[in-house]
Amino acid sequence: MNGAVDASGITKRFGQTLALDAVNLRVEPHESHALVGRNGAGKSTLVAVLTGLLRPDAGRIAFDGVPAPPRDDRAAWQRLVACVYQRSTIIGALSVAENLFLNRYPTGRGGAIDWREVRRGARELLDGLEVGIDVDRAAADLSVEERQMVEIARALSFGARFIILDEPTAQLNKAAIDRLFARVRALQAAGVTFLFISHHLEEIYEIARTVTVLRDGHCVRTGPVDAITKADLIAAMTGEDAHAVVAAPRGDAPREPLVEVRALCGDGFEDVSLTVRVGEVVGIAGIGGSGKTALGETLAGLRRARAGSITLAGDALPSDGDVRARIDAGIGFVPRDRQVQGVVPALSVADNTTMTIWDRLGRFGVIPPGARERSARKMMDAFGIIASSPQAPVESLSGGNQQKVLLARALASDPRLLVLIDPTAGVDVKSKEALLDAVDAARRNGTGVLLVSDDLDDLRACDRVIVLFAGRVTAELAAGWREHDLIAATEGMALV
Amino acid sequence: MTGASVAAGTRFGFMRELGLIPALVVIVLVGALINNKFLTPINIVNILANTSALALLVLGETLVLIAGKFDLSLESIVGLAPATGLMLVLSSAARGWGIDLPVPVGLVAMLALGALVGAINGTLVVRLRLNAFIVTLAMLIILRGLLLGMTHGETLFEVPDAYLFLGAATVAGLPVSVWLTALCYVAAALFLRYHRLGRALYAIGGNAQAARAAGIRVGRVTIGAYVVAGLLAAVAGLIMCGRVGAVAANQGNGWIFNVFAAAVIGGVSLDGGKGTMLGALTGALLLNVVDNLLTLAQVETFWIQAIYGGIILLALMFSRLTNRAEQV
Repeated sequence: MNGAVDASGITKRFGQTLALDAVNLRVEPHESHALVGRNGAGKSTLVAVLTGLLRPDAGRIAFDGVPAPPRDDRAAWQRLVACVYQRSTIIGALSVAENLFLNRYPTGRGGAIDWREVRRGARELLDGLEVGIDVDRAAADLSVEERQMVEIARALSFGARFIILDEPTAQLNKAAIDRLFARVRALQAAGVTFLFISHHLEEIYEIARTVTVLRDGHCVRTGPVDAITKADLIAAMTGEDAHAVVAAPRGDAPREPLVEVRALCGDGFEDVSLTVRVGEVVGIAGIGGSGKTALGETLAGLRRARAGSITLAGDALPSDGDVRARIDAGIGFVPRDRQVQGVVPALSVADNTTMTIWDRLGRFGVIPPGARERSARKMMDAFGIIASSPQAPVESLSGGNQQKVLLARALASDPRLLVLIDPTAGVDVKSKEALLDAVDAARRNGTGVLLVSDDLDDLRACDRVIVLFAGRVTAELAAGWREHDLIAATEGMALV
Repeated sequence: MTGASVAAGTRFGFMRELGLIPALVVIVLVGALINNKFLTPINIVNILANTSALALLVLGETLVLIAGKFDLSLESIVGLAPATGLMLVLSSAARGWGIDLPVPVGLVAMLALGALVGAINGTLVVRLRLNAFIVTLAMLIILRGLLLGMTHGETLFEVPDAYLFLGAATVAGLPVSVWLTALCYVAAALFLRYHRLGRALYAIGGNAQAARAAGIRVGRVTIGAYVVAGLLAAVAGLIMCGRVGAVAANQGNGWIFNVFAAAVIGGVSLDGGKGTMLGALTGALLLNVVDNLLTLAQVETFWIQAIYGGIILLALMFSRLTNRAEQV
């Protein structure tokens, strides 16, 4: 019997990187198949290949035994497969009905859109799923749950009987997850096949029959979920040899507390308490949606805290979002995404590195001629920033060097606490080492560091790692943790 | 006097900073060839005097544009501010409000009105996150309407001497307005390069989120740019009042097109984060030189606008070619 999907030998290369290496995936008809793997394992690439958005360098895909259509025949792909992404593909300004029939509206005489028919068709589609959504509502007003159902309804209306759900539960509460799973089961019974991508391993045991594990572009394990223990699953995701690599405890005597966070509540996290000591690096780990980024941004003053307190060296900090005040209080900050919140691309390296200390370069806010350049040159030397000159626009630098600029900027104000969010995201190995070395140098000088990241190398540089799950602190791992335990904790799974 | 330009410091970057100057030189040479009155001292002073008011408006607009925002209402301040300043001091017989406030109070009120309009614009745009284009368009229409309502569409002729000083008096052969404008440009160029708030304008226009994450108070600085622009527009209005010796109910109408044309021709990006004072000034000068030439060449008045628009388009294309950087 043919699988609903049969992909064999799928290989995809991006420049030097082998994203997928001869991956085989067979999804049986009417089943729920789970696809798991750490960030960068190749899940997104495989989804793009399976939905026809990316052409693989090698390999074959067949749906129900029929070879996949050519890549440019989007309509043919849409009749076979659809993916409901975490990021919505619904157009918020249009109504639900319009979204369902976008670009294929039923028309009446003279080619005018038959709105009555659009609404009737939309109602029929949603009724078929037993979803009670008013088709005239603006799509922007839909909840995440409703939005997912509209996307599923649209996929089904194209004729697709194979649907990929990309982390569908990430933004849902428990009741909504149960409703989603009930609908998935009902659709399965009606002949629809699902590929389910999730970070929440517990859910995989609840919904999926078969699981496939990707690691570094390889399909490392596939089989019925009943036959694989949680520990095995995590081992497959991380790779057996990774167990040996652990962070060594630093062994210096515990020092006095620098930052005390007590019962802090903010956007997406609740009741977080933690302490960072002088000269200590504390990691904050968690998957997307765990609240870790918002926690870091709240400490840095980019977001307002709703409740709770932050004290820095004994002084209580006001809870309003004011980055300037936090910098003046002694908190340095490297924001999450260097393109979005980090650099000002057209401005020079000199401007970008000194941005936090412009007011300290001279009196009355005047920046004396040459002061920026001298200051920038010092930082370029100290952090190994490679640029043609301090005047070079920062957009001409490599990602790693831009990230060094951001770290230099954060340290320029001589902070007592450094808040770093994904400080080594998307940089090459050498830059990563240099960045972590610079963080370590700051630590040795007595700076406390709060390092928010899901990168294992970053987290290994920490004295302790605090794990957030669904907005709450769920675990604290002392240096020497095994990757195994960290991943179990971030995926919200109790191993024992 | 470079701003934050992309490649300042390199030789090529310096060429880019020159921007419109080659174009300006070419037009002046052509002008000198086709009309012997063009390159005379009297005419040059005339061009400079004509440019000064517009150039102040361009300066203010450039500050707002560098911060990545818009202000269309500046041209309406050019009329409303001096008219208000006058009507506070004029008697009812002279079409004032008849409250006969002292002249200095009128002058201060005039400047304060410009700054106040800027503050309102800035607050609406920054704090309520309204679209700058629409907010300042609405403000433009409101202020124009206020001016018409106040004056009943009539011109204010009785202007105290103090109001004439900026536009009419001369120092060392040049009108005071020209000196003032030159001073403002030098100060603004230094401010943009050597003051943290000047650099902050570029950072905000270049990437507001990043500026905020780096501790720049994005809202305050942006509102500040609007306030300065409004204030400068009021000064420009006073200059016009002095040059004409009266305030007409349509003073400033239609200027905003020239303000934007000058800024954009001068290399100021409508997307924010890019632009220099040298560019803004040469843009304003170029427009006035062309205007002057068309007048001297006795082009039929009815055709001047069309030709003017065509020249603005040509200048844009020309500066796009020489700058290579994107203009809009």
